[in-house]
Amino acid sequence: MKQTMEKEIRNTEERAHPDAGGSLLNPQKGAEILNMLKRGAEFTHELLRENEKLRYAAARLQEQNESLRKRTENAVARSEIEGMERKLRTLTEENSKLLERFSEVEKENGDFANKYVEIEQENNMLANLYISSYQLHSSLDFNEVLRIIMEIIINLIGAEQFALFLLDEKTQILKAVASEGIDLEDIPSFTVGETIIGNAVKSGESYYSEDTAAKEPLDMADPLVCIPMKITERVIGTIVVYKLFQQKDSFTKLDYELFYMLAGHAATAIFSSKLYTESERRLSTIQGFIELITK
Amino acid sequence: MSRVLIVEDSPTMVQLLVFIIKKLRDVEIDTANDGANGLKKLSEGRYDLVLTDINMPLIDGLKFVSLLRNDRSNGNRDVPVIIITTEGEESIMEEGMKLGANSYITKPVNSQRVIETVRKFINA
Ligand SMILES: [Mg+2]
Repeated sequence: MKQTMEKEIRNTEERAHPDAGGSLLNPQKGAEILNMLKRGAEFTHELLRENEKLRYAAARLQEQNESLRKRTENAVARSEIEGMERKLRTLTEENSKLLERFSEVEKENGDFANKYVEIEQENNMLANLYISSYQLHSSLDFNEVLRIIMEIIINLIGAEQFALFLLDEKTQILKAVASEGIDLEDIPSFTVGETIIGNAVKSGESYYSEDTAAKEPLDMADPLVCIPMKITERVIGTIVVYKLFQQKDSFTKLDYELFYMLAGHAATAIFSSKLYTESERRLSTIQGFIELITK
Repeated sequence: MSRVLIVEDSPTMVQLLVFIIKKLRDVEIDTANDGANGLKKLSEGRYDLVLTDINMPLIDGLKFVSLLRNDRSNGNRDVPVIIITTEGEESIMEEGMKLGANSYITKPVNSQRVIETVRKFINA
């Protein structure tokens, strides 16, 4: 374009200064036109330069614009990422709090389940104890009381071989009055203060063998359990267990509670039934005597 | 109302079983002190469940189950029967199941186990 312009100006100059031949314009007019064209050309040059500058400026602006756009985009993305990161942190915190709560609830559940089992066991124990003591005091007949004690030991404790001994306070001899799984005649008497049985009666302390397996062969002086039956501190006899139906790892809490209950309640039941039976016997003797003398 | 019959010679065991089972809803409990009495009661009224001891005088638990299952005239011939055996007497328990018992519990009884076993057979 620039080259085309310059070519045009040269042609015009040539036409304004013809060296030979007749001139079409006068020289002054020609110079003016030439001048005008020159100015026009300069103006055009200027315009072109200006145009160039503008294009350059536009290009730079476009670049700037591009970079700004990119920065803006980056900024938006960054802030979005930051927002998401914040959200993620919050969610992670919430999640760990929930996990904590979950494990707390799980632990509580476990505690409740354990508590429930404990309560059930307690319930079972109380039912056994309630029925036993109720039964023990339901009769004043000595033999009936003995039968009830035996029943409790068989059914509620699960003993297969055992005996009930009563103490003769004068002779300090323990004599078997009832037994299960062993013939009564085969059971020897024991002296207070001798053997495991005699010592338990002397001290008034219950004896529990370390393991619950029956001794083989059966040794009457070496029982699994020996429970002195006491009214306050006075021992009236003892319950001696030699064998359980089922060998256990150890005696249960219920076993201990039942033995403990029997130590006291069996003693009072036996004692009062003996007193009652004796007073009945005396009464009938007296009545017989009265009848005899009033006839 | 579900009717439960307890056949057991030990008054202590009867008391304990009644004490445990009466806690269930809508249950009426009847008792018999041996197998013969149990069969008599079963020939008279309707029952939904029977719990029977094994060691009893006259007719023991095994004989009781056998007689009941074979008595075509008894309206309770197919009533569910739970036998009560002593811990460690697995052979007796197996024999009882063979004769037609539906389940078993062992002595010394655990109240929770009694409740669970009874609930298998009646809605209570
Ligand atoms: Mg029995």
